[in-house]
Amino acid sequence: MAQNDINKIKDHAELFHQDEYQELFAAKKAFEGGHSPEEIDRIAEWTKTWDYREKNFAREALTVNPAKACQPLGAILAAVGFESTLPFVHGSQGCVAYFRSHFTRHFKEPFSAVSSSMTEDAAVFGGQNNLIDGLANSYSLYNPKMIAVCTTCMAEVIGDDLQAFINNAKAVGSVPQEFPVPYAHTPSFVGSHITGYDNMMKGILSNLTNGKKAETTNGKINFIPGFETYIGNLREVKRIANLMGVDYTLLADNSEYLDSPNTGEYNMYPGGTPLEAAADSINAESTIAFQAYSTLKTREYIEKDWKQTTSVVRPVGIRGTDEFLIKLSALTGKPIPQELEDERGRAVDALTDSQAWLHGKRIAMYGDPDLVIGLTQFLLEIGAEPVHIVVSNSNEVFESELRTLLDSSPFGQGATIHGGRDLWHLRSLLFTEPVDLLIGNSYGKYLWRDTQTPLVRIGYPIFDRHHLHRYATYGYQGTINLLNWIVNTLLDELDRNTIIPAKTDISYDLIR
Amino acid sequence: MTDNIRQIAFYGKGGIGKSTTSQNTIAGLAELGERIMIVGCDPKADSTRLMLHSKAQTTILHLAAERGAVEDLELEEVLLTGYKDVKCVESGGPEPGVGCAGRGIITAINFLEENGAYEDLDFVSYDVLGDVVCGGFAMPIREGKAQEIYIVTSGEMMAMYAANNIARGILKYAHSGGVRLGGLICNSRKVDRELELIETLAKRLNTQMIHFVPRDNIVQHAELRRMTVIEYAPDSAQAEEYRTLARKIKENTKLTIPTPITMDELEELLVEFGILAGEEDYQKAIQEGVKAPVGVA
Repeated sequence: MAQNDINKIKDHAELFHQDEYQELFAAKKAFEGGHSPEEIDRIAEWTKTWDYREKNFAREALTVNPAKACQPLGAILAAVGFESTLPFVHGSQGCVAYFRSHFTRHFKEPFSAVSSSMTEDAAVFGGQNNLIDGLANSYSLYNPKMIAVCTTCMAEVIGDDLQAFINNAKAVGSVPQEFPVPYAHTPSFVGSHITGYDNMMKGILSNLTNGKKAETTNGKINFIPGFETYIGNLREVKRIANLMGVDYTLLADNSEYLDSPNTGEYNMYPGGTPLEAAADSINAESTIAFQAYSTLKTREYIEKDWKQTTSVVRPVGIRGTDEFLIKLSALTGKPIPQELEDERGRAVDALTDSQAWLHGKRIAMYGDPDLVIGLTQFLLEIGAEPVHIVVSNSNEVFESELRTLLDSSPFGQGATIHGGRDLWHLRSLLFTEPVDLLIGNSYGKYLWRDTQTPLVRIGYPIFDRHHLHRYATYGYQGTINLLNWIVNTLLDELDRNTIIPAKTDISYDLIR
Repeated sequence: MTDNIRQIAFYGKGGIGKSTTSQNTIAGLAELGERIMIVGCDPKADSTRLMLHSKAQTTILHLAAERGAVEDLELEEVLLTGYKDVKCVESGGPEPGVGCAGRGIITAINFLEENGAYEDLDFVSYDVLGDVVCGGFAMPIREGKAQEIYIVTSGEMMAMYAANNIARGILKYAHSGGVRLGGLICNSRKVDRELELIETLAKRLNTQMIHFVPRDNIVQHAELRRMTVIEYAPDSAQAEEYRTLARKIKENTKLTIPTPITMDELEELLVEFGILAGEEDYQKAIQEGVKAPVGVA
């Protein structure tokens, strides 16, 4: 049925229910020789069994829906935290289009990144000419103050030498000699987006701070967020530091870039950590990272080359936030203000209000290593019991850290860490050993659909709900946000499960 | 970390005797008390057999293929200790006809770097197959890796072609990185006027012939026993030659940016030394159908 009446345009959700589309789908299925609904049901039921789970876990050479992305995605997120910085991906165009749309779908903001547009000839003859022309074009068209170069798999497979290429590009005048062009090798056949973040951050910091080491410190504290997709977290960290009177440098601050005010004027590079401040970070008192596994190489570099102390604190939950404030106070000698103590009291009060609904709830979750550790810290505080923990981009050090954390609480005893597993594994886990709640990103909605496990969207990416990335999960206020999302999802589910009149509605209570 | 290490690389035409020359030289350096690591960058993985007295050591890529990923390897599994405590590692490569050997070298060297193989050393020696043909084979001459390249050659025409090509590769990286040519090593094939020819080529390439290694059957005898000459026959004249080469490399300060010559210039040089006939003689020979006299194999 053509949609000729502009006053009655059918929405996507209704459009395809019309007869003509239903007939089309049926004809397509007949043409393709699709299976009968009974056969599909039979197989679907089988995928819920222990038998299927064992076969699923015996998988060796196939990954289905891994909870991770590739290295350059992390690299360009690190890059846009710096003032007027253009991320430049040396490799094929399609990769970069994918990174940009991935961020835009999550943040609902434009995201600028360019590529050197390598094709077959560049794969044979090397990508040097693409890089030389690309840098010249980017510099003159988009007027950045820094171009941060990373790579796609294609450039890495043929072994393009970024440093030599950039030197050669400068020698032929693509960009001025003194113009900063930091770089990072980010092959996605190893690591994940958190590795890419780490590589790029190290690349940018080593470029900007080269030769900037001073005799004395600047008295500041560096904060490195890691692969952070909650804009609220960056703002919360800044707010806490300001409340305590701590002078800090955020390496790097992409909060404006990814959540800029709509003024009617397009600004290609909103906000960002000034390059001068970033260059001076080498002279700071100390560096605090809020994630461990997306900052491994960066912290090693800071300790070794800058001779600066580094530490990792995850300000998630009461204890995590306590640890952050105590660390900040110990490093700077500044007291923790009453305002923050009051916030703590309110958060503790909120936790006790909801605790009765959360105690003993069985939880499945997946995500990046640091996200999962932060959430586990919080869940153990509220007496919830992690059961299935899936981390696709896992590593041994992380798993032993998480195990130690789980072992420290009676609520952590029943948890299994599934390192290197994917969401199809998690599906089997949810069917065979059901839980009360699933925590993960938007891809969890397929698990919710199949297993009816209520889903709390925490993580990255979140494509199908709006504005969650604007909130904080850090600090005492972030603790209340986490609590809000988790407890109210459980209460919604309880309402749904007690909704049948004269049957289950004896528990359909007004007061929870 | 790698600041005080001298990283050197041996390049040259396949079959010229790179692995033999490099291992004998390394044995000489080890005798002088230097702490050395050999990184074999040849899919044949024969760059360390004389040090380890083994057929061929397990390579990084072989083990990575078995395990599924290079991240699953431990350094101790692939880094073995050979003659005079020389550390030995082989990158390895794919089966002939599949995959990318250059990528293999990149993967292997990255693995070594990330796992701290470059600690507590005086020398790292790379042994690289053939010409600088792609990013992988150029890996050892990039920034932060080998600063000194030694080209193993002989008076044979194709070996000199290869040497000139390698010089072009070095030149390409010399200005962006810090790589320099340390010299030509003439591994003698007893070709006519070989010494003068290589000395002249060296001069044209703006480098030196650092040593002339004479041909001696004792090298083959040692190889059969999977030993360097220095180990097999420490008192032989040939062992002394390798010790001299090792000493010259240790003391070498003549590191230059090479000036590769054109193909025409190289051919002229060969004509000058009587290895190639001139263009006129060449045309004449074709027309007359000149063949080698009977009895010459």
